Amino acid sequence: MIKEKRASDVEKILAKYPSKRSAVMPLLYLAQEEYGYCNDAAIREVAELTALDPTEVKSVVGFYTMFFEEKTGTYVVEVCDDLPCALRGADAFVRHCEHKLGVRAGETTPDGKFTLRTVMCIAACDRAPVAQVNREYHYSLTPESFDKLVDDLK
Amino acid sequence: MADLINLTIDGVPVAVPKGTVIVDAAKKIGNDIPVFCYHPKLKPVGMCRMCLVEVGTPQIDRNTRQPMLDAEGKPVIAWMPKLQTACTTPVSEGMSVRTNTRQVLEARNDMLEFLLTSHPLDCPVCDKGGECPLQNLTMAHGPGVSRFDYEAKQHNAKHVPLGDLIFLDRERCIQCSRCIRFQDEVADDHVLQFHERGRHMEIVTFSDPPFDSLFGGNTTDICPVGALTTADFHFKARPWELDNTPSVCMHCPAGCNISLNTRLETHTGGHEIKRVMPRQNEHVNEIWICDKGRYVHHFSRAEDRITRPLVRDARGNLSESTWEAALQLAADRMRGRKVGGIIGDRLPNEDAWLFGRMFREVLKSAAVVMSPAIPAAYADIARTYGVGKDTDFKQLGKGDVILLVNGDLEQCAPVWFLRLRQAVVDRGARLVVAHDRPTKMHRYAARIDKYELGRAAHWASEQAKPLAEEFKSARNLLIVFGDEKLSAEGARSLARSLANILVESEHAGKANSGLLPLYPHGNTQGVFDALPSGGAMPERVDVAWLVGVGENNALPQSAFTVVQELFLTELTKQADVVLPALSFAEREGTFTSADRRVQRFYRALPALGQAKPDWWIIQELAQRLGAKWSFQDAGQVFGDLAAQNAQYTGLSYELLSRVESQWPPVGRSDLYYGGTVYDNTGGVGARYAAGAERAGFMAAVEWLTPPEADIEALQHLPRVLYQDGELIRRSKVLAGHIQFNETEIARAAR
Amino acid sequence: MDKHVLLRDLDIPDIRELAVYQANDGYAAWRKALTGMKPDEVMGVVKDSGLRGRGGAGFPAGLKWSFLPKDIFPKYVVVNGDESEAGTFKDHQLIENNPHQVIEGVALCAYAVQAGTAYIYLRGEFYEPARPLQKAIDEAYAAGLLGQNILGSGYSLDIHIHLGAGAYICGEETALLESLEGKLGQPRLRPPFPAVQGLYAKPTVINNIETLANVPPIVLNGAQWYRQYGTEKSPGTKIFCVSGRVNRPGNYELPLGQYTIRQLIEMSGGTIDGCPVKGVLPAGSSAPILPVSALDTRLDYESVQAAGSILGSASFVILDDSVDIVWAARKMVRFFRHESCGKCTPCREGTFWALRLYDKIVGGHGSSHDIDMLADVANGMANKCFCLLGEFATSPILSTLKHFRPEYEQFVREHQNGLPNTYGDQLIRDHAISVAGGSVVEVAY
Ligand SMILES: Cc1cc2nc3c(=O)[nH]c(=O)nc-3n(C[C@H](O)[C@H](O)[C@H](O)COP(=O)(O)O)c2cc1C
Ligand code: SF4
Ligand code: FES
Repeated sequence: MIKEKRASDVEKILAKYPSKRSAVMPLLYLAQEEYGYCNDAAIREVAELTALDPTEVKSVVGFYTMFFEEKTGTYVVEVCDDLPCALRGADAFVRHCEHKLGVRAGETTPDGKFTLRTVMCIAACDRAPVAQVNREYHYSLTPESFDKLVDDLK
Repeated sequence: MADLINLTIDGVPVAVPKGTVIVDAAKKIGNDIPVFCYHPKLKPVGMCRMCLVEVGTPQIDRNTRQPMLDAEGKPVIAWMPKLQTACTTPVSEGMSVRTNTRQVLEARNDMLEFLLTSHPLDCPVCDKGGECPLQNLTMAHGPGVSRFDYEAKQHNAKHVPLGDLIFLDRERCIQCSRCIRFQDEVADDHVLQFHERGRHMEIVTFSDPPFDSLFGGNTTDICPVGALTTADFHFKARPWELDNTPSVCMHCPAGCNISLNTRLETHTGGHEIKRVMPRQNEHVNEIWICDKGRYVHHFSRAEDRITRPLVRDARGNLSESTWEAALQLAADRMRGRKVGGIIGDRLPNEDAWLFGRMFREVLKSAAVVMSPAIPAAYADIARTYGVGKDTDFKQLGKGDVILLVNGDLEQCAPVWFLRLRQAVVDRGARLVVAHDRPTKMHRYAARIDKYELGRAAHWASEQAKPLAEEFKSARNLLIVFGDEKLSAEGARSLARSLANILVESEHAGKANSGLLPLYPHGNTQGVFDALPSGGAMPERVDVAWLVGVGENNALPQSAFTVVQELFLTELTKQADVVLPALSFAEREGTFTSADRRVQRFYRALPALGQAKPDWWIIQELAQRLGAKWSFQDAGQVFGDLAAQNAQYTGLSYELLSRVESQWPPVGRSDLYYGGTVYDNTGGVGARYAAGAERAGFMAAVEWLTPPEADIEALQHLPRVLYQDGELIRRSKVLAGHIQFNETEIARAAR
Repeated sequence: MDKHVLLRDLDIPDIRELAVYQANDGYAAWRKALTGMKPDEVMGVVKDSGLRGRGGAGFPAGLKWSFLPKDIFPKYVVVNGDESEAGTFKDHQLIENNPHQVIEGVALCAYAVQAGTAYIYLRGEFYEPARPLQKAIDEAYAAGLLGQNILGSGYSLDIHIHLGAGAYICGEETALLESLEGKLGQPRLRPPFPAVQGLYAKPTVINNIETLANVPPIVLNGAQWYRQYGTEKSPGTKIFCVSGRVNRPGNYELPLGQYTIRQLIEMSGGTIDGCPVKGVLPAGSSAPILPVSALDTRLDYESVQAAGSILGSASFVILDDSVDIVWAARKMVRFFRHESCGKCTPCREGTFWALRLYDKIVGGHGSSHDIDMLADVANGMANKCFCLLGEFATSPILSTLKHFRPEYEQFVREHQNGLPNTYGDQLIRDHAISVAGGSVVEVAY
């Protein structure tokens, strides 16, 4: 229950806005940190905190790509393969990531450690290929540096 | 009107009120601009892009600030470079609109082609096939063939239950959001939303319970494709096989206009109601009905309907008899004896009128009452100080006050909830609520008073004076009240105190002001009006004569019981004579709603077995007891009622069946506009004047002290829409919704 | 001009620190405004400077501020840091490396319109770059530069960061407001415009991060100072994001109108292996591609428009001859297909249909009929969508067809029997891997 476990964060978030509804996204992030993804419990809790119907919260979760509706790996690896990055080899780089992790983009490794996803442009095209691991940027990746990154997390 | 705006559409001039959008202006002159997302009862969103038109405005000379004129003296029109959505663009003075240019026609074709890329085109098996806006508009404006690869189509789930009453077909949905917006804007139950985005966008519910709203069925009427269907109608019939008959719903005091869709059933050999749809009446229910009204119809063809008269035989069993024998037996038992009559408040006016006459003129007895009994204690006050004849809910708004006392408006009169909620939320009327517990209407209240259980009347007598003072400055004062958890005495006291508020704040006898009682059923006022006043039931009678009372725990003791009923109820099983009656769907008649609108309903189904209309049965018995009545049909009975009952003077079947042009128009060839709701061909009815409006009326204030300890009151149930009862029990679709209420005393004892 | 106006971190590496920022004129404009300028005067300077919005539309900022009704409160400032146009990464650098200038700009804007609260809406992926910005906000509060009764002026201002969660459409200002209100990021009907009914239906200014980062130097040095850069109609400096097939991709801050696209590419180290340029996208995926013939177009709003495209957010994606245009167009259409919010029919269905056609073609099953269909689909969408996203989506289709139709024809001729889905890899592997990781951010003037 984020209401209890993260009480001060919840309070701070709610205090930022004149309308509770505005807190729905920040609270969903909080819930996602707690539960790993936006499961039913998370949605119903956020609905209660924002005085919304759970349907409205579910709808927000569904609209935005950074809220996960399914369980993910411990590390969510998001590699950009949009045009600017692809012009600098991102497609091949994604193949490399798939090879390294042993899963296709969109899948989670059997040990539950990594989820590999491809994403649209993440505003770091000058340092392509680029990836985010749990929302932290990793710029100017090479196959070697990616391998090291993964090995360090293992 | 001063603020009419003049414009031309395809060269045709039209004048419409300020704020009208182009689609509606065009509709006025018969130009049906196609729409999908636009709905005249919902806020425009402009998302389907079906209504694109060319729009131009007069070019203004910068120097003179006057419209520029061309060589012929006509204003020069500056056409906007892009097509505009006619559903979101309000009209402006001198505007020019073109709906028939190549550019516009191509855009329509493009939008339809886009929509069809995702559509399954399963019209042959679709519940909406035959009355589908997408189908119709495709025929009118769409591409002849699909250029989209069928193989590439996205296939989505079909028959997805959104709760137990509505199914969603994800493939058919065109993402117009009408259903979402209906639930948000009209019902205020936020149980539907889009999930995902782009082409993956789909309707979901994540509420608990899922799609739970008393109004959900309406979404299936306004869904412009066959994406939403009711569990009740799903795969039951094709729209073109259905006949439709105008009718009136009798399950709550609002008197919604409905249409009964019937079909000949080969397997049973008889006709059946396949679905109940709203029928437009802007005075009453606009184009909405609640789910109870939509689904409760199954009692009309319940398996235990009684089709022949029954008489208790020598061995004490009820066995089939003939009309002649049964009527003769009942009449013989009544002759010269003490007869007590009870008639249910769902019976039509005609039946109640003859029942009343029977007691007044033939049996010469005052032992005749209505079931349930309590409303009779205050219905005269409600009639005297009821809403003015010209009351129009649409006009309630800023400056008006709505006082809601002791009733859960959504549960007691769902459609009034919708209408009064909009008066408050959309148009700024001030809502004051007083109740012993929170209800949905509390959400919109500017002020909330709470009193203890059963103390409504006490609250009212204490608060009446200050409230009257406060409401003096209101433009109009509408007082809605219920009788739950009150004894007859308490309810009368409450009604009287509320009437006093009207009198003292000088709102009595005005349009858009007055009392609006939350009676239990659809003809409580009508039955009360038809019965002789001052009726009372003695504890013991020789013969109890029960007409459509369903369950009733206030029956007199009697040696012999005559029952007129639809089916074998617990009560019927104990009767000595059972006379089979026709349901409302099998006969005609009138109901009087709680706001005193008298409305006709028509015969939609053939008679079942040997069952007869109640008024006919009553007349037969009266004749056997010496009356010289010879009414041939319900219309003649109504004529008699109107001639003898001062309230109904001037009303006739002809007058009641008068139709009016309704805005917005729905249900014509352009179903897409308002949905599959039915146009009103059966008449909009007529409201008779409240006592306080009548010539020579002198308003008076009178205080009735409520009973101090209203213990009796706590026996009563809080009123809920899906209250368990004889009729609702026969609709399987509603099984999960029926509420078996405990009395407060039982609850406390537990 | 030898110093940056916006990318000052390139001149003063530690400018993200409050002390360093303050030692370099930081918050001087803010003090100047609060202690000696009326709100209208601040608005006036910005108006006179001719500063145009850097979020894409290029609308004059001061003019936009002046649309807010004076007598309705509260008012809000909403800062657009959604930065989701493919190839755009300027706001990223600003919030990470020069956050105080962004905050000072937001504060000046809020003061000018008398808003009491500002929300900086950052795309959710800026979770990490949001940290230095939040740290800077905290420092500013601590230093009494934000909060209650700032510097004793009686004026109070709160600034909050709000993170989005992955939706390009939330860069569109009304969708952004919906998102900030906790709803689906779908655009609103206009009118009413945000200036009149924006956040919570209150008067609201929405400006891009870069736009507001211009404000402190303008207020400090005056409109005339600012107008020494750029052209009459496009005054000031602008950050150009260069990405794609160049040797030194990065952010380049240049006076508007002074340089050409060709020069910009040269500053970016030229194309990889000197391969000839094939085309340039001046505003990511959203604006029509410019062919080589347009390389001498000057870098300002008017010139790029005259050349047949839009300067937009100035995110220049450079395509060279090694790039297959059909493949590149597919990537862009895939972007819009992914980002279409679904609200309106033509965008929702059109992007879906168009991508299916591209998949068919790139998958090696296309015909020239499919190429015609692509044009039909795009034309069916054009000028009919609810918001610009749908219109943007037609650009990659229509502009590549316009300039490179023969390449499409050749593609379907040569690829008849299906292609592996690793087609894109083959296409650029040779060149790309050699430059991966080699980017730097260059001082360019
Ligand atoms: C689909 C779409 C995406 C947009 N994305 C952004 C964005 O990421 N960042 C931004 O500042 N403006 C974006 N805009 C422009 C904004 O709607 C708006 O014009 C801008 O924030 C105004 O700020 P400015 O006047 O300072 O440029 C986008 C517009 C559209 C139609
Ligand atoms: S289900 Fe029907 S009403 Fe609802 S969005 Fe889909 S098409 Fe529209
Ligand atoms: S956009 Fe006008 S009817 Fe849908």
